[in-house]
Order: sequence, then structure tokens, then C-alpha cells
Amino acid sequence: MEKQEYILIKTLCVHYKIEISFIKELNNVGLIEIKRFENEEVIHEEKIGDLEKMIRLYHELDLNIEGIDVVFNLLQKEVQLKEQVKELQNRLRFYEDEL
Amino acid sequence: MDFVDYYKILGVSKGASDKEIKKAYRKLARKYHPDLNPDNKEAEKKFKEINEAHEVLSNPENREKYDKYGKDWMHGEEFEKARQQQSYQRQQYSGGAGGQGFSGSDFSDFFESMFGGAGGSSGRGAAQFKGQDLSASLELNLTEIYETHKKVLTLNGQKIRLTIPAGIENGQIIRIKGKGDEGMNGGPNGDLLIKFSIINNTKFKRDKENLYSTVHLDLYTALLGGEITVDTFDGKVKLKIAAETANDTKVKLKGKGFPVYKKERDFGDLIITYQIDIPTNLSAKEKELFKELQKLR
Repeated sequence: MEKQEYILIKTLCVHYKIEISFIKELNNVGLIEIKRFENEEVIHEEKIGDLEKMIRLYHELDLNIEGIDVVFNLLQKEVQLKEQVKELQNRLRFYEDEL
Repeated sequence: MDFVDYYKILGVSKGASDKEIKKAYRKLARKYHPDLNPDNKEAEKKFKEINEAHEVLSNPENREKYDKYGKDWMHGEEFEKARQQQSYQRQQYSGGAGGQGFSGSDFSDFFESMFGGAGGSSGRGAAQFKGQDLSASLELNLTEIYETHKKVLTLNGQKIRLTIPAGIENGQIIRIKGKGDEGMNGGPNGDLLIKFSIINNTKFKRDKENLYSTVHLDLYTALLGGEITVDTFDGKVKLKIAAETANDTKVKLKGKGFPVYKKERDFGDLIITYQIDIPTNLSAKEKELFKELQKLR
């Protein structure tokens, strides 16, 4: 585990002006994954984009944790469907070439 | 510059209470928020409009000014004075990884004229924000993506070195961290999203890592067997043809397909379909011999 890849939860709370309980709740529902590094709680830097999105949904749309969970699940499904459409379009192109 | 009807945007009457305005804004924000509508420019535009309307109508002072001078903003001397005195607060938004981003500077000209240019920032406005993600598209030939290669792109005057992995798919998007718009207040830069459009400049058809081609066989080779040379993506190979090969027979050349994305040492297969050509313009002798063959069956 490389230290520079992880960000301290404490730092995030100060930076985004959020309560640590908010991050813990996101962890409880599995939206983010809190890890321990040198006795400190951290999250992976790759998850910061998602966390920012969750904070915006929480503050700007008044969504609660369950609502954010639903939204993320649906957005994930949307990404999967888009991927499926892209694959089908490529496959269709394969057959269209024959016409 | 057109007058912007903020009441109409939020779908409320002029006499709407603060509570009604907030409720209308929340409802529309939930519908058009960029985080809930990734890659949707129309929703992004709509969200900017409702955000701007909310910025004005949720602030009693600004709402009063808007109600008083809104339609006559061009002639209001007092308004001009007021405009100079006030620099309006605004929020800046930006999408995170995978999100759509936009900034408050996208407020309408009407808003800029009435409430001034970018002033201080409100609430969380002083916080750092990630820059906007940028999108670009890149067209490549199928032959170019058979091997991983590097390419230098110039985007917005910026040179970007890009490694294009072999086997990339048509329509696939690659994210290059930090090459988007600059972050705000020291926030990180946005990302650059490059969408690949793959043009098939070969006679092979591609389905992910598998390639397909049709090879013509003359009737006699199909009937009696033999050896032919066929094209693969990276050269020619000799193939034995079994006697009595039927039309549409498929043979699989293992590992002669396209590289598997991000597994450059793994290749798909080349699937060849044999198409048997029936001889035409038969001579009298040939016809006679075929008739003899026919009698034997």
C-alpha cells in the first residue's frame, strides 16, 4: 500500500467541511471503503471523485445516504447499459458491413 | 441580450413564497443536476439556468432588484448604480471523476449585466474545485491499433503524449488525468476524455479480439483437397484444405486474431469462412465431363 495513494479522512473532512460521521455512513453502506494505514483512517485517492459527487448530492440535493446509494446504483447501471449499447453498436457494424 | 424570466425557469408565479421557490428549485435541481445526468449537455444547460434563477430569487435583495428593474435593466440608472456597488456571490460547480463540470462564469449575459461579473464566492464557493473535464475524439485505423503505440496530440495548444493500447474498441473512452481545465482556487485539474473512433481499413471484420474473413475456394480444391495461402492480419499462412470441403465451412486459426485489450500477448482467433466458387462459362468438354460425373451419382 503506497502512502501517497491514500488520503486521510481527517484531511478530507476539513477540506470539504463535512462531518466524519458522513464518511463513516458512506462506508457503512459500502459506497466508499475506509482503510487503515499507520493507524489512521484513509481512503484511496481514486475514490475522491466519487466522494465529491456524494458530497454534492448530499449538500445540493438534500439526498440522504440511502438516496445517494440508490443514485449510485442507478448511475452504475447506466454506465453498464451504455457499455452494452456500445458493444451492440460495434456488433451491428460487423453485420452492416455485410449488406 | 434577452431578458431572462427567472420565475418561468423555476415554474413559479411572481408572488411565490421563498418556500415555494426553494421547493421548485430543489425539484428541478434533482432532475437536471449534472451528477445525475452525465454527458447530457441539455441537462447541464438547464441546471445552469435554474441555478441562476435560484441565485437571484432566493436572495430577497436581489429578487427585489430583479422585480423592480428586471425588464428595464437597460434603462435603470439606479440599477446601474446598484450594480456597481454589488458584486454578486455565486457558487462554482464542477463534476468529479466521470462527472460533468461547469463553472459559474457560464451564467447568462443578463445575469452578468444585472448582478455584475464574478465577485466573491459564497458558502463553499471559496473551496477548491476540480477543473472541468474536457472531451475529444480521435479517429484511428484498425491497422494502427494492432500494436500499442504512442501518439502526441495537440489540444488547446497543449501537447499531450498518449499511449494507445493495442486492441482498443471503437467508441471506447480513455481518461487522462489532469489534462482537462485548470482547477479553481488551487483545486486539481479536470481530466481529458478521449473517445476513439476506429475505422476498419482492412478486409477483416472485427468482433472484439476475433477477426473474420472469407476465403474463396475453387470447386476442384474444395472437392479434392489441396493447399492454399491465406492472408492473416500480420502476414500470410499456408492452409491445408480437406477433400470434400463444403461451402460455408469455417476454420479457426488460433491466435491469429486481434490483440486482447491490455493483454498484448494474448490474441483472439481468425475465423475463416470458405466460399466455394462454381465455375462459369463451361466449355463443351467440361459440360460433357460434368454430365458424366452426374451419371455416376
